[in-house]
Amino acid sequence: MKYDGRFGQFGGCYVPEVLIPALEEIEQAFYKYYKDENFVADLDALYREYAGRPTPLYYATRFSKLVGFKVYIKREDLLHGGAHKVNNCLGQGLLAKYMGKTKLIAETGAGQHGLATSMIGALLGMETKIFMGTVDIERQSVNVHKMKLCGAEVVPVEGGTATLKDAINEALRYWTANVTDTFYLFGTACGPHPYPTVVKYFQSCIGTEARAQCLEKIGKLPDIVTACVGGGSNAIGIFSAFYNDKDVKLVGVEPAGKGLDTGKHAAPLMAGSPGILHGTRMYLMQDEEGQILDTESISAGLDYPGVGPEHCLLKDSGRAEYVAVDDEAVLDIFDIFTKCEGILPALESSHALAWVYSQKGKLPADATVVVNLSGRGDKDVGIVEKHRPTRTKTQTNTD
Amino acid sequence: MKKYKEVFNELKRAALIPFFVIGDPDFDTSLEIVKAAIDAGADILELGIAFSDPIADGPTIQKADVRAMGAGMDIGKAKDFISKIKAYKDIPIGLLMYYNLVYQYGTEKFFADFAKAGTNSVLIADLSIDDADEVYEPARKAGLDTVFMVTPNTETQRAKRIAEKCSGFIYTVSLLGVTGGRETLSDMVKPLITRLKSLTDVPVCVGFGVSKPEHAVDLAKAGADGVIIGSKIVKIIEENLDNKQNAPAKVAEFIGQVKQALKQA
Ligand SMILES: Cc1ncc(COP(=O)(O)O)c(C=O)c1O
Repeated sequence: MKYDGRFGQFGGCYVPEVLIPALEEIEQAFYKYYKDENFVADLDALYREYAGRPTPLYYATRFSKLVGFKVYIKREDLLHGGAHKVNNCLGQGLLAKYMGKTKLIAETGAGQHGLATSMIGALLGMETKIFMGTVDIERQSVNVHKMKLCGAEVVPVEGGTATLKDAINEALRYWTANVTDTFYLFGTACGPHPYPTVVKYFQSCIGTEARAQCLEKIGKLPDIVTACVGGGSNAIGIFSAFYNDKDVKLVGVEPAGKGLDTGKHAAPLMAGSPGILHGTRMYLMQDEEGQILDTESISAGLDYPGVGPEHCLLKDSGRAEYVAVDDEAVLDIFDIFTKCEGILPALESSHALAWVYSQKGKLPADATVVVNLSGRGDKDVGIVEKHRPTRTKTQTNTD
Repeated sequence: MKKYKEVFNELKRAALIPFFVIGDPDFDTSLEIVKAAIDAGADILELGIAFSDPIADGPTIQKADVRAMGAGMDIGKAKDFISKIKAYKDIPIGLLMYYNLVYQYGTEKFFADFAKAGTNSVLIADLSIDDADEVYEPARKAGLDTVFMVTPNTETQRAKRIAEKCSGFIYTVSLLGVTGGRETLSDMVKPLITRLKSLTDVPVCVGFGVSKPEHAVDLAKAGADGVIIGSKIVKIIEENLDNKQNAPAKVAEFIGQVKQALKQA
């Protein structure tokens, strides 16, 4: 490896020897192409014409009124595929193509990354396999259908809690046997070096755009930028543009699931400790011997026991602040925000909105908050319906 | 305490190295199985401590990890297990495990405590030579030998670097992939053995996919100094879960066959 992929004490490349050559090859290709004129032009065209970049920064009028301060929404939900995941998939997919790879594999939780990879697999004519836990296949079935329609094979994963972590285990195992012709298109700013760096780079368009849009639209930088944190890609994508703007507070929102004190959550930054899993040193949910703990979150995309190494460093350095909101608050805000704005937020992104809502009455009226709406919630309608059945009568409100 | 070096020097043939997950299917049965394996002719033992997320392992060893953890295996008991084996016979023991368990225990303390229990080396599946600094000195300080992996896709300069850091043996992965029994040996393994033998005098022990006496013989003929058999043996335990008291004899029978084949090779 040319670089060590460290973020302070976090990060690194803790993988079996067999994967080192493949990761080295990706690192090498990334640094060869990411500023290459043709690569940049190709990616830029795909961002604009295929994905729908730039995404708007939208002033949420009614939601702002409700919370009592100014809320701007970075509309990653409007991207093709319905989430920020496409930014990374176009970047890595194009890299795979430049490297001459013909096959893609990926893990997925919510199915958004699996879907984005499947789209790019179709677009680039590459054979695509998506590893997905059986629990997630069940709760995100709409995305499973879409992946298959794009021509991808969806490989069900049984082990552990049959969620995102287990899908990554299986994708890594498959990769070790197929390293020569297969590109592992990793879905978040986590995992072994060079993925945290590569994914951050391909997601940094979110922050670059948002920052410029703030200056243009509001005439100043926001007071707070917030995003949900699973592996951490949408958050790092928007945060990174504001690192040097010391007055801009960065808030990452983790899933508290049933509550941090119940242990049934997926909030390693809030309630974990440093450890090593999936190739990186990071805050991790683990028992005292280092066995990885089961996680729980209503949102499949955040249901992971670890978190990207750069977030771990941002937490320790204090540059970003991390908080957590529970499933109930997420279900509440899904309803509130949709009724306010007519925009269905993904359950993942709803975590960021729920934290914003919790600041009602705490922030001054002139406070400006930018929320990264990482994805749209169409995929989650079934889950929400299950937990909060809608009243069947359409017009009964008399109060 | 017997060193790897002594075993390799004494043997006129390839060493037979069975792998077990400690505490599979439970502590006591596991102990009986490993003792039976020793009696049947194991020259060195490779033992795993179960981990929740074993990314280098196929289904057979994953299931063994689940069984061991389900039966209450933990680090303290693993240490106790090793002491008990050493009290039964002074045979070199290599641990094969995942980094987080070592890291949480405290790397230096882990190495020291397990060296004291009778361990000869600790191979960490998810730590490559690039991060050898995190374990090399602590291991030497604890008096452990060091073992790292090479794989068929490791380029020669790197393999040389790896060999230089190995004092016990080089764990030579026969194929591209995870652990698991295979019908035939990978065609990548013989060129790999030849390549390694031309680089180093450190014993070359081959594992992953080795499942039959014939495989062991082929590897020995190709120049391997040791053959590591994991999933095939763990599978025998799995097949005898309904009658686990039979497992030691069944495992011993298989190990006896491999031993016989290696002796005649
Ligand atoms: C819409 C959406 N937001 C966020 C995430 C979480 O990932 P990350 O933390 O990498 O942004 C996911 C993952 O599936 C997602 O689908």
